[in-house]
Amino acid sequence: MGVTTREFVTLLHGMLFGGFFLMALFGAFVLLLDWSNARQCELRASAPPPIPAWQKVYFAALVVCGWAAVLTGAYIIYPWYRAAVPAGADMVLYPKALLTANPNTAGWHSLGMEWKEHVAWIAPMAATMVAWVMTKHRAAWNESCQVRKAVMGFAAAALLAAAIAGGWGAMIDKAAPVEGGREIQLMRAAR
Amino acid sequence: MRDARGRNTAPEPAANGAVAAALLACGVGCCALGALAVAGDGSKRIASILNFYNPTGPLAGVTTVAIAIWLVAWSILAVRWRGKQVAFAKVSTAAFVLLALGLLLTFPPIGDTLLGR
Repeated sequence: MGVTTREFVTLLHGMLFGGFFLMALFGAFVLLLDWSNARQCELRASAPPPIPAWQKVYFAALVVCGWAAVLTGAYIIYPWYRAAVPAGADMVLYPKALLTANPNTAGWHSLGMEWKEHVAWIAPMAATMVAWVMTKHRAAWNESCQVRKAVMGFAAAALLAAAIAGGWGAMIDKAAPVEGGREIQLMRAAR
Repeated sequence: MRDARGRNTAPEPAANGAVAAALLACGVGCCALGALAVAGDGSKRIASILNFYNPTGPLAGVTTVAIAIWLVAWSILAVRWRGKQVAFAKVSTAAFVLLALGLLLTFPPIGDTLLGR
């Protein structure tokens, strides 16, 4: 049982960074909903409690996972995905060429990948802003309903962008997986 | 709230300039990302200018320039609005319009329509 290096890096990108980012973003959105209670915010505004360390770590991990997902995607996996096919090469190792060669699968690239590769970047940008406000400017959050609504709106947009990118990424990788590279043995075959 | 002499003693609201700056800059960055994606798709010349790293193609330039615009806008607005109370409703409306434009422009059928395809 094994995976190739390209499959392994794709796993890190999608399942570790992307998956954790999406889950953490959903968790952050639920936390924001809980913290947006106007009565509790009023109480916290008059006597602001210190921000717990776990919340700072949580938001930092959220931001790191988001940027790691888009950077590994754009600078490691995307070059493998879009590489030009040398004459006589196995098309399976060139997912973009494989998808666009057939009109029935071209949409995975022309709509899916073209959308995913750009919209994905909105998620870490918005998540960074949300994390920064929640760790550095909690007083403004507690004090203003407008701030709470605006920050939650951007958190929702980040979640939407991450879900679009993650969803298309998973489907494209099923249609034309990024493969190749050295084989990494995870487990020896049973005798 | 008023004191014995009838003066208004209600506490001053905390400055919202720093949050407004972060919000508007994020909207600017998202809109720049969408606009650059469409521009790179529509013009071979712009695509070649944005091709900062050949294996990734124009995507490298689109995202690098958009992030630079976001961070520069954030820095400028943060300095200008530091410690100030700004019209948050207006700023957040502008930020949401820019964010929505950014999200819409990254959707390929909308970019294709704008490019007349």
